[in-house]
Amino acid sequence: MNKTPRQAIPEQEPALRIKNFEEVALGYTEEQALLEASRCLQCKNSPCVSGCPVQVQIPKFIQLIKEKKYLESAKKIKETNALPAVCGRVCPQESQCEKKCILGIKGEPVAIGRLERFVADYERAHSTEKVSQVKSNHVKVAIVGSGPAGLTCAADLAKKGFEITVFEAFHQAGGVLVYGIPEFRLPKSIVQKEIEKVQELGVIIKTNMVVGKIVDIEELFQQGYQAIFIGVGAGLPSFLNIPGEDLGGVYSANEFLTRVNLMKAYKFPEYDTPVKIGQKVAVVGGGNVAMDSARSAKRLGAEVYLIYRRTQKEMPARTEESHHAQEEKIIFQILTNPIEILGNEQGNVKAIKCLKMELGTPDESGRRRPIPIPGSEFILEVDSVIMALGNKSNPLLTTVTPGLELNAKGNIIVKNEAGQTSLANVWAAGDIVTGAATVIEAMGAGKKAAQSIMTQFSKVN
Amino acid sequence: MYQIIEKQVLTPVSKLFVIKHPQLAQKAQAGQFVIIRLHEKGERIPLTIADFDAKAGTISLVVQEVGKTSQEMGALKTSDQILDLIGPLGYASHIQNYGTVICIGGGLGIAPIYPIARALKKAGNRVLSIIGARNQELLFWEDKMRAVSDELYVVTDDGSSGRKGLVTEVQKELINKEKIQKVFAIGPAIMMKFVVETSRPHQLSTIVSLNSIMIDGTGMCGGCRVQVGGVTKFACVDGPEFEGLDVDFDNLFKRLNYYRDEEKVAIKKQHLCRLDNIK
Ligand SMILES: Cc1cc2nc3c(=O)[nH]c(=O)nc-3n(C[C@H](O)[C@H](O)[C@H](O)COP(=O)(O)OP(=O)(O)OC[C@H]3O[C@@H](n4cnc5c(N)ncnc54)[C@H](O)[C@@H]3O)c2cc1C
Ligand code: FES
Repeated sequence: MNKTPRQAIPEQEPALRIKNFEEVALGYTEEQALLEASRCLQCKNSPCVSGCPVQVQIPKFIQLIKEKKYLESAKKIKETNALPAVCGRVCPQESQCEKKCILGIKGEPVAIGRLERFVADYERAHSTEKVSQVKSNHVKVAIVGSGPAGLTCAADLAKKGFEITVFEAFHQAGGVLVYGIPEFRLPKSIVQKEIEKVQELGVIIKTNMVVGKIVDIEELFQQGYQAIFIGVGAGLPSFLNIPGEDLGGVYSANEFLTRVNLMKAYKFPEYDTPVKIGQKVAVVGGGNVAMDSARSAKRLGAEVYLIYRRTQKEMPARTEESHHAQEEKIIFQILTNPIEILGNEQGNVKAIKCLKMELGTPDESGRRRPIPIPGSEFILEVDSVIMALGNKSNPLLTTVTPGLELNAKGNIIVKNEAGQTSLANVWAAGDIVTGAATVIEAMGAGKKAAQSIMTQFSKVN
Repeated sequence: MYQIIEKQVLTPVSKLFVIKHPQLAQKAQAGQFVIIRLHEKGERIPLTIADFDAKAGTISLVVQEVGKTSQEMGALKTSDQILDLIGPLGYASHIQNYGTVICIGGGLGIAPIYPIARALKKAGNRVLSIIGARNQELLFWEDKMRAVSDELYVVTDDGSSGRKGLVTEVQKELINKEKIQKVFAIGPAIMMKFVVETSRPHQLSTIVSLNSIMIDGTGMCGGCRVQVGGVTKFACVDGPEFEGLDVDFDNLFKRLNYYRDEEKVAIKKQHLCRLDNIK
């Protein structure tokens, strides 16, 4: 039996990294990657693959690492995953592929994500190969939204000769990968490279195009697009609806992160967009978005309180993320619920008033319900508040698309796994269908939609 | 990249740009706005569409040089390019035949009120327009406004053009003189607030266009939120026009002022950079 322990990934020291926006995890060296790869048992039935929403051929790519065929290994991953450098960094492997790893039963699973990251980074540094464009089949497909769902669908179809145009509302493609997930977790230059690879396949990306405003779905059909894929994500911020939420210095996580990531406010005034949070910041929420907000605020120099109404055990954030946050001295103010934000004379945040909570019986989600403790009110002085309460679906496009069926939450209803909507020749996938989920699930669903589009149009042609 | 095909100096501090964007020009309607970003390090700022010409494939934007980005834009010339131009955003003005309407444009607001007045006129309204500015130098489009109005009143703070006084004084007189069905007002937030207060005793519906701080302009960030009738609205997707009688202007002022210090830093840096260039 192989006794090599799971290889830790080198990281920037917490005290150092809270002073910069550079990547926290530094990635395996070749030596570490080889050691880690040597742990893989190459199980015949590969349970790990079934845990991957895009069925990356995990044992095969790890075997190629063992043989030091890194470029081939990267190719193997790319057969099913267009964005490996992204997924190697942000996928919740612990609840997917690594959860199924046989080694995990008795000990620690193979670090599949770190290995994926290693080969993707190796390929980026060493490969000179250009992707070649396939001969066109003259079927035009419009993809709305350039997040992981849209990009995956675009790449898969382009590989089969479809003529793809991606319409993106922002001035930059990438969706949450560019406006939400911070630089220190996912460097934007890497996202950019992955997007360039998709463009090399012949995909045209039109930015600054808010579909539903400058053009709508019907007009896209009139322009000759035969199929339309909607992957517009879950871009509608939630607030708590407590008094004081309109004060200056109260941000949705979307606004805060967009300022910092997409607009590079951490480099203000070199970049024009400012972000002002003051000395003390309260981040409300317990998910990945809350962790990203808290850790970004920390890097801007603030003392950060993470306010969450349950305990750390119930936090939806990845363990790795809350662990990183704690290492960075984010103060976890658990079992706490804000009830009011207090302002100063200028109308800016001065403090946040909270109630202490205790856990009662489990609710629908199976998590124990937080109950306020009477008389436990207290005031935390802060200069700004970031609401990281999750995203709902943005109605901008869906409400101007007649016949497109939505559920009560405003998500697009799909008829099947392939993502077919109530409208003929319109597919949808990603967060707009599932509600806020993960990069890899959006990619998996984008892939299935691509498959379905291929099937439909190979019949016709 | 979007090309500036014409630049006009309207006043010493406001410039008009005609920009080529056929697809946007096709879709634009009175009351809507765009978001622009000038260069790679630029911020995204909203600008109301001052005019559009579907045939020529152009839209017109008017900027007043108040902040860093608007100053940079003001310095652009014909045939320069704008990196990003996104729109049309927000809802169009609700145009119908109301009867008699007052259109008020204050300062830079004269530009965006123009297509609204024009559309109202075309819909059969009796259009009474009031345009105002601090002084004559800051007034523009008097002739354009006159062409689409049944009556046009010009006011300046110092009396250097038209009548000396405030737009609200004329508004009040008009309300007292004849039955008005609706008011449309665009201008500085403080002006819109006083226009609304002038209408309030008569419970006269007054549509204002709110210029809150925006980033995406698509309802994604919530930074543009305003209080209307006690409910939180996103100015970019629910507006930009709202019933002024329901708008919490004091809240708007506070949110608009939040980044004032940072704006100063940005402008200072810009001036230092210019000095560097001179050296
Ligand atoms: C801060 C943050 C951190 C996260 N961290 C992780 C993580 O670590 N791991 C993980 O797996 N997942 C994470 N997620 C979730 C993950 O990012 C999303 O589930 C995933 O990006 C969804 O992909 P998508 O393609 O459906 O949508 P998005 O990535 O949201 O992309 C949608 C795109 O469509 C564009 N768009 C919207 N409306 C229109 C329109 N009308 N016209 C044109 N374009 C439009 C948007 O601008 C956007 O670019 C995180 C999310 C956030 C917000
Ligand atoms: S500008 Fe972001 S929601 Fe309105």
